[in-house]
Amino acid sequence: MSAASGNVIRKYLPVYFVLIGIFLVEVFLSFRIASTSKLVIVLLFLALCSAALGLLYFMHLAEERQGLFLTLIPVTIFVLLMMNMWWSDSVRLLHMRSAGQ
Amino acid sequence: MEESPYAIPSRKFTMWLFIISDAVTFGAFLMAYGFIRVGTPNWTRPFESGSVINVVVMTIVLITSSLTMLGAVDASKVGDKAKAMRFLYSTIALGTIFAILHIREWHELILKGTTLSSGLFGQTFFTITGLHLLHVISGVIALLIVGMKYSKGSLTPGHVETTGLYWHFVDLVWMFVVPLVYLTNIAH
Repeated sequence: MSAASGNVIRKYLPVYFVLIGIFLVEVFLSFRIASTSKLVIVLLFLALCSAALGLLYFMHLAEERQGLFLTLIPVTIFVLLMMNMWWSDSVRLLHMRSAGQ
Repeated sequence: MEESPYAIPSRKFTMWLFIISDAVTFGAFLMAYGFIRVGTPNWTRPFESGSVINVVVMTIVLITSSLTMLGAVDASKVGDKAKAMRFLYSTIALGTIFAILHIREWHELILKGTTLSSGLFGQTFFTITGLHLLHVISGVIALLIVGMKYSKGSLTPGHVETTGLYWHFVDLVWMFVVPLVYLTNIAH
């Protein structure tokens, strides 16, 4: 019994180290990239990679029936993407301000 | 009796639905933060290297707690109650350490003058990280209750697994909160 629960830690240890590695890369890049827009894009991409790993392996979504994945994830991504329609307006807001503000 | 959808227990499916709705809630908060962040000139960048080190430690602690949670779920599934409890208590301890470090970070920011009423940065920062901290504290309490009831035999390994799912979600949200709220606001 104990060996089985020890195996699961060993099984997911590479995922654990990859997650920590991705995070450390994020920290390193946040000091290297000066442009905020570039930094946000890179950090979001890395965060999505981390989230995918967590979702598939730590939350075992990779081992569940494919129907569960197809029901939950594409819809969530669609809703989160639809929220992005407001972003362009924030840039407009920034340019609407006068130089003194 | 009707078969459970997607061949998983209803309890677990309900937790998945909760996680999806919570993910959209956090998504909305982060999008609102992004909107305000882009639309505001001269945005505050209060995080010095000390704060970054604190965040690195907090993140490693939280990811490690996900690993110990995996151990607890697996040990409970194979019926090794003692080992499951050890892993569960490790997860609770790591969650508590995370919350303490988080509150320490808040305390330092408040001492520097950043509060909920000090401006847009303070409002968005404390709202998003506060919502996450609330999830961590709720998770620690849930793990304590589930752990105690599981050790007494009134809850099953399925309950431990469902609570574990929630705990991993808390970890997953942090992976977005750190880069967007902390790492893009480092003082250069």
